[in-house]
Amino acid sequence: MPVAKTIKGIGNRVINAVWRIGMATRFFFLTLLYSGSSFRRFHLIIKELFSTGVMSLIIIIVAGLFVGMVLGLQGYETLKRYGSESALGVMVALGLVRELGPVVAALLFASRAGSAMTAEIGLMKATEQISAMEMMAVNPIARIIAPRFWAGVISMPLLAALFSAVGIFGGYFVGVVQIGVDEGSFWSQMQAAVDFREDILNGVIKSLVFGVAVTVIALYEGYDAPPTAEGVSGATTRTVVTSSLVILMLDFVLTAMMFGGK
Amino acid sequence: MSSNVSAEIIELNFAYDKRPVLQGINMRFPKGKLIAIMGLSGCGKTTLLRHIGGALKPTKGCVKVAGQVIHELDSAGLYAMRRKMGMLFQFGALFTDMSVYDNVAFQMREHTELPEELIHDLVMMKLNAVGLRGTQNLMPAELSGGMARRVALARTVALDPMLIMYDEPFAGLDPISLTVVGNLIRSLNDALGATSIIVTHDIQESLKIVDYVYFMSNGVIEAEGTPEEIRASSKEFVHQFVHGEMDGPVPFHYPGGDYRQDLNLG
Repeated sequence: MPVAKTIKGIGNRVINAVWRIGMATRFFFLTLLYSGSSFRRFHLIIKELFSTGVMSLIIIIVAGLFVGMVLGLQGYETLKRYGSESALGVMVALGLVRELGPVVAALLFASRAGSAMTAEIGLMKATEQISAMEMMAVNPIARIIAPRFWAGVISMPLLAALFSAVGIFGGYFVGVVQIGVDEGSFWSQMQAAVDFREDILNGVIKSLVFGVAVTVIALYEGYDAPPTAEGVSGATTRTVVTSSLVILMLDFVLTAMMFGGK
Repeated sequence: MSSNVSAEIIELNFAYDKRPVLQGINMRFPKGKLIAIMGLSGCGKTTLLRHIGGALKPTKGCVKVAGQVIHELDSAGLYAMRRKMGMLFQFGALFTDMSVYDNVAFQMREHTELPEELIHDLVMMKLNAVGLRGTQNLMPAELSGGMARRVALARTVALDPMLIMYDEPFAGLDPISLTVVGNLIRSLNDALGATSIIVTHDIQESLKIVDYVYFMSNGVIEAEGTPEEIRASSKEFVHQFVHGEMDGPVPFHYPGGDYRQDLNLG
């Protein structure tokens, strides 16, 4: 019966998805549980901060600059219609700090650092490095996963902040330097309108949540990857796709909680 | 278990889902001996090794190491037991993000409070024992297959384990590396006074160095004995395996349907 087969197939996929969410949640709590040794040996986190955070700097800075420049250009074209060009600084800053900074930086982080984490952990599993560690009586979650998790969580808000800062500079360059918007009003209106708690802190919270989500997904996919070339490549793809969708979904939820109905 | 036995396998049964992999296995690994477990690929050798390391739980029977039933240990007990064990994986499983030096020092840093100067001396001694003192600053990707296996061997014996397990230590090695690794396994076992279990299908190299051999096929022990007894064995399976004959109890052809029908000859 093709209908029964289809329903069975859908059922299996749903069960599998729920199972994976459960396993990823368990993995997340185990990571938290075994995080103590990472903080006692902070050099392990610092080493991972370099590969996840520092190595993502170029892509974040370049992308932030161009996003800010586009915002400056589009914002000017729109604001000009209402004679509000002087509000360009506010528009660029709020757009970046509240939304584009955390979201685009997280998407880039998932593509650059998330995929690298999944591939690295997956290959460690495929080449029996994780099994070797277990046989040496060293807990791989404490030694491999936890330092990478905390490196991701620490890097993400910093990268998002950098993205927003560079983006504002991009907007300034296009709006003030190229088009000729008044520099004084660009900065002073931005200073007056951007609220630390409402805008900046909420943006930081968003990027922190995205950092946790992306890093957990990336590490879980790597740890759970079948130990084959195909398994690792599939896991890497899933990291980027799942992370991107989760970031956008969480962004809506967080935006609704922070700014909705005001 | 008597005090001169490091490990023992008693009536071990294991099944993946409902497919039996190991059936009624009994083995003894006396102290100081080097014992080989041989058999065709997929006969359950590595599964057996995973039971000794506590990575799998038996469906029936047990594995005892140093008098303790492995599958009854809790997580802390199992980790404490594993500190007394060493395992060499098939292709070394060196940590690719660490240098040779850091790989060998890994367990010392994780499990001891030794000062770095002492760790340095110990690492140098272990690397010297496998003839690779000069590779300390190289990364695993810069080593040949044989060198990587020797570095992994140095890492395996870093904390002087009482029981050393080798999973296909000769796979993919050139003849010189094969002899070097074989001799190192023997000499390290004797120097440490440890017990070694080698899972392999390399008959010629292993018969040169081991004290006792277990032959496995389809999850059961087909034969056992000293290397001399194995060489002289008249058992068909052992004879085919030792002499590498194409056909015998292990058939050349995988079971299939009628050949004429497969060729559409009616």
